[in-house]
Amino acid sequence: MTSIQTQSVPESASTSSVANWFTSADHKVVGRLFIGSGFVGFLGGLVLAVLVAFERIDAEGYQLLDKGAGSQVLAAARLLLTYGGVVPMVIGLVIAVVPLQLGSRSLAFSRTAASGFWMWLTGLGLAIASIIGNGGPGGGEAEMVDLYLASTVVMYLGLGMVALSVAVTALTSRAPGMGLLRAPMFSWASLVGAVTLLMALPALIGTTIYLYVDHRYARAGFGGNYGIGDWVGWSLSQPFTYVLAIPVLGFVLDMVPVMGRTRLAQRTAGNVAVGVVGVAVITAVVHSTVTLPWEGDGFFSGIGDKIADLLPFALLNLVPLLGLLGVLATALLTLKSAKPRVAAPLAFGVLGLLMILLGAASHVLYAIEDAGLRGTIYEAGSYVAVTFGTAMLAFGAVCYWGPKLWGRTISDKAAIPLALLAFLGTVLGSIPYMIAGFADQPAGALDEFVYGGPQEFWNLLTTAGFVLTLLSALAFVALAARSFTEGDAAGDDPWDGTTLEWATSSPPPADNFSDVIVVGSDHPLADMKNNSGKVG
Amino acid sequence: MHALPPAPQPAPRRQLFVGTGLASAAGVMLIGGMLAVWSQLRADAPTRFSERRGAIKDWMPADIVVPEVAANMMLIAFCVVCVMAQWAVYSAKRDDRQHAGMALGMTMLMGLAALNAQIFIWTQMGVGVRDGAFHSMFYALTGTMAFLVIAGLVYTAVAAFRFLGRGNSDVSIVSATALYWYFITAAFTAVWFVVYVQK
Repeated sequence: MTSIQTQSVPESASTSSVANWFTSADHKVVGRLFIGSGFVGFLGGLVLAVLVAFERIDAEGYQLLDKGAGSQVLAAARLLLTYGGVVPMVIGLVIAVVPLQLGSRSLAFSRTAASGFWMWLTGLGLAIASIIGNGGPGGGEAEMVDLYLASTVVMYLGLGMVALSVAVTALTSRAPGMGLLRAPMFSWASLVGAVTLLMALPALIGTTIYLYVDHRYARAGFGGNYGIGDWVGWSLSQPFTYVLAIPVLGFVLDMVPVMGRTRLAQRTAGNVAVGVVGVAVITAVVHSTVTLPWEGDGFFSGIGDKIADLLPFALLNLVPLLGLLGVLATALLTLKSAKPRVAAPLAFGVLGLLMILLGAASHVLYAIEDAGLRGTIYEAGSYVAVTFGTAMLAFGAVCYWGPKLWGRTISDKAAIPLALLAFLGTVLGSIPYMIAGFADQPAGALDEFVYGGPQEFWNLLTTAGFVLTLLSALAFVALAARSFTEGDAAGDDPWDGTTLEWATSSPPPADNFSDVIVVGSDHPLADMKNNSGKVG
Repeated sequence: MHALPPAPQPAPRRQLFVGTGLASAAGVMLIGGMLAVWSQLRADAPTRFSERRGAIKDWMPADIVVPEVAANMMLIAFCVVCVMAQWAVYSAKRDDRQHAGMALGMTMLMGLAALNAQIFIWTQMGVGVRDGAFHSMFYALTGTMAFLVIAGLVYTAVAAFRFLGRGNSDVSIVSATALYWYFITAAFTAVWFVVYVQK
């Protein structure tokens, strides 16, 4: 175990009162606000997902919900799971950890990031309120639909501000000697994720502005309230959802060598794999607004239509899968000759990555038109695998960096069973939907569907999966809350890490590091330990 | 315990400039995305016959006349803004506060002129936002562009106060402002071509 002397500044005077939580621009405070809000949003989304799944068991009518509320609950569930749960959990980790990993004293434009949090929270809150008031996609109350559209723009703007702050930090505030490719994998992946989000969100904002103006004044070009899903539904589906997973892919690549007490194998391959997923998502965003040039008639007239069909399919579906496989391969190569310690971060990390891979692989099949899965619930199975898998990675990252951020450990014995429970819940929540998709269960319908096969059984399994996931998430949040307030002191370097965040105290002081750390390799803390304090 | 070698905290590497560059790239995606949707809906519009131009897309109603002089003047104003902003950078780098202040003032003036031209276009075209898809999208797109111009004016004002008010020369913010105006000019050039030329 190694610890580095840091200035004995209290953790951040900003944590001393509730008022300071509202006004602090300390990246650790803002990060924890995001993580805490993300926990609440994810649990809320899971409750709604359970309700939706339960309604689908008996397709002859509604049991718990009003008939008119079905589409609203469905919209609210996806919005909460994605933008209310997974996005803030991942972004919170990024904001809290990246400056520490880079040896920086603060986040660039930290007040912008803090404002981004409150904008995101306000936008999300108003969006949910508008859905409750019969707004949202397909909502019947015109003013509430307008409110939904306006509030989602506010929410996206907030997230964009945070992404800008993170990207600038990674590009400008690294410790001396730390080139971009020497940066820890989580920081690299956060940069890729932030830039991807910065490129993706404006396209979403632009389309939503059109939708708002059209819905409020004209209702002539975008299909009114029912057109919302057609125009911006891609932001809640694959391959866009991969953008949420990009930063936590970096967590896997940072955590695996530490758990295996070894060095990351094929580091460059890991960098490329993460970058490839980002490029694929940006391509998907561009594709969502324009027809790619090679999709037009005649672009490939001299080569053949098959290439014209294959290129967009490969870019949008095979390339991100290739990137995810690259991350898995790098992790497995790293662990090949190592004897990894079985800890909660590893359990959540490996199982979560497997679920994201399942979601990405299944989406490849969905994208093949001849498979006949378009418009079926199969897409929901793929979405569940990616989103819940990303949430599992975020839980793993909380187990890994939580001791640094809160100064207290989380029990492996209690957390590992929760990882297994979440994995089981995600498998049950996704695969039966995929099977039901093959049997032509329609997407978006909560009742009045009939198809051959045991439709009640598949929907029952999914409901059970969501309940298990909800229970595991609830237990994890309770465990984290208890551990980080009453748990054992973590020490500065509980995992015997190799990156700079473990070089400061737990929790870190207000300015993170009292001294400038000069970096000489991609594992600077390991160098310091080996050289007995001589850096570089 | 390992002691780290004490050293001064290194200055961040041009945070404002990099941030503005990234924000500008995001702005390109914003305007680019909006123009893409615009082009898509225009392409999907039914075809009608025009006596002057033969078969055309029934997109912009025939009775709407675009004040092309104002649109062209707006484009020219943005080009001049770029020259003024670059003049500000040139002067700031030489710590010539008088010329830098003048250049920043001219930048804002020309930006205001462009905004004035946009308002003129809105009033002269006589387009009602409730009248149809073209109409609502026209206001959404040009309104977003106008918002970006206003953001540029505020940014330039802040840059002027920071550069002229501080004892030390903060050239970075002046360079960042210039970069933003280059983005605005590029974005408006695309809007000008798609909305006012292609119609």
